[in-house]
Amino acid sequence: MITKDLIIIGGGPSGLCAAKMALEAGISVLLIDRSPNLGGQLVKQTHKFFGSKSQYAKTRGFDIAKKLINDLNEQKNLEILSNATVVGLYPDKVVTVLYQEEYIRYQAKTVIVATGASEKFLAFENNDLPGIYGAGAVQTLMNNYGVLPGQEIVMVGSGNIGLIVSYQLLQAGVKVKAIIEAAPTIGGYKVHASKMRRLGVPILTSTTIKKAIGSQFIEAIETVSLDQKWNEIPGTSNIIEVDALCISVGLSPMHQILSMVGAKTKYIAELGGFVPIVDDHHQTSVDSIFVCGDAVGIEEASSAMMEGYLTGLNVAKHLGKNHPNEELLIKHYESQLDMLRDGPFGIKTKIGLAKMKEETSHA
Amino acid sequence: MRIDKHPILSFPKKEEISFIFEGERVQGLEGDTIASALHALDIKTLSYSIKKHRPRGFYCAIGNCASCNMIVNGVPNVRTCITPLEKDMIVERQTNKGELK
Repeated sequence: MITKDLIIIGGGPSGLCAAKMALEAGISVLLIDRSPNLGGQLVKQTHKFFGSKSQYAKTRGFDIAKKLINDLNEQKNLEILSNATVVGLYPDKVVTVLYQEEYIRYQAKTVIVATGASEKFLAFENNDLPGIYGAGAVQTLMNNYGVLPGQEIVMVGSGNIGLIVSYQLLQAGVKVKAIIEAAPTIGGYKVHASKMRRLGVPILTSTTIKKAIGSQFIEAIETVSLDQKWNEIPGTSNIIEVDALCISVGLSPMHQILSMVGAKTKYIAELGGFVPIVDDHHQTSVDSIFVCGDAVGIEEASSAMMEGYLTGLNVAKHLGKNHPNEELLIKHYESQLDMLRDGPFGIKTKIGLAKMKEETSHA
Repeated sequence: MRIDKHPILSFPKKEEISFIFEGERVQGLEGDTIASALHALDIKTLSYSIKKHRPRGFYCAIGNCASCNMIVNGVPNVRTCITPLEKDMIVERQTNKGELK
């Protein structure tokens, strides 16, 4: 069996940053990703990031990905497996991988799960028709492959992803007929929402999708208005013709692989649903198995990066190979994370993390 | 349909890759996944559901949701949204759970 100090599952923002710190500390790293390229969901993000300079603000997502990947160039202790799917994780830190039709077993000393998140779905009639996509899927299709999802589209959900992807649809030449939002207020940043309105895209709040219409493919949707108790208001049904529908109703942490080792989880709504319980060092309830990024709580990519750096430093410490600048770096990245969480959307995360802390102090 | 003009991204001309979909020879581009090539050809039904045979397209495009599973070179349950397109691949719509041969 091939042995490694550290195996990182997932080459997105947090996985890449964790790798950087661990490599700098002199640890051998195997980075595994199921996609053809590293960078996770950053590679499809054409918008500029917010935050401060050390959080890559004003840089477009795909450029941040390039930067993070470049940071790992010429690292002799790094092995990268792309187009590879992790199929098993065991408590003795054995990781099994399907790569080029071969089943490979690795023995790691430590593992970081940085698997990210998956898009939530919405229940409505005919929600399985072709032409109904997750917002992230539309982003991938357009920005990575240069293919349009359709000509006329409606976006369900007015959070930041819904607003940003709507703008990117316009940039690609797609007509966004409306953004609908079940809540009475818009979910995302005002600056994104105002931009869409200036461009003539109506944002319909207190409105939800009732059903999709079509037999082989989506042809139209029926929307309905909701009252303050989220009940449908009779007589408010409206038909909008579309050839694609985009669903942007949030993300769920993706940590299923941790169930294989029996890592403890808890339902914390503020972090996006079921999340693995971690200590202050991002270690799960299973010794030497760590988790960072969206897999342990939905936040922005900037936070995932800071968490990745910190987790890489923690793993180095755990292996007794402390990073030469450990103290300074931990202080730096922790203050960056605090700053990010001081934003308007950070309150939720902070409540979620407090609940997480409660759980670990009981244990 | 492919994007030809974009304010931020550029999509330089790429080599064509020819493959077979449901018995017909069609063209994708280098860098495509199987699913993106089919989408560009306006083929959006990738499989049929197992019990009710309802048409299915893809949902997540990153290998999570299994809604894009197709038969590729005789192998069922291939996640076509993350599988790079290769020359002469034989791609078919899947209508069942897939069979072990």
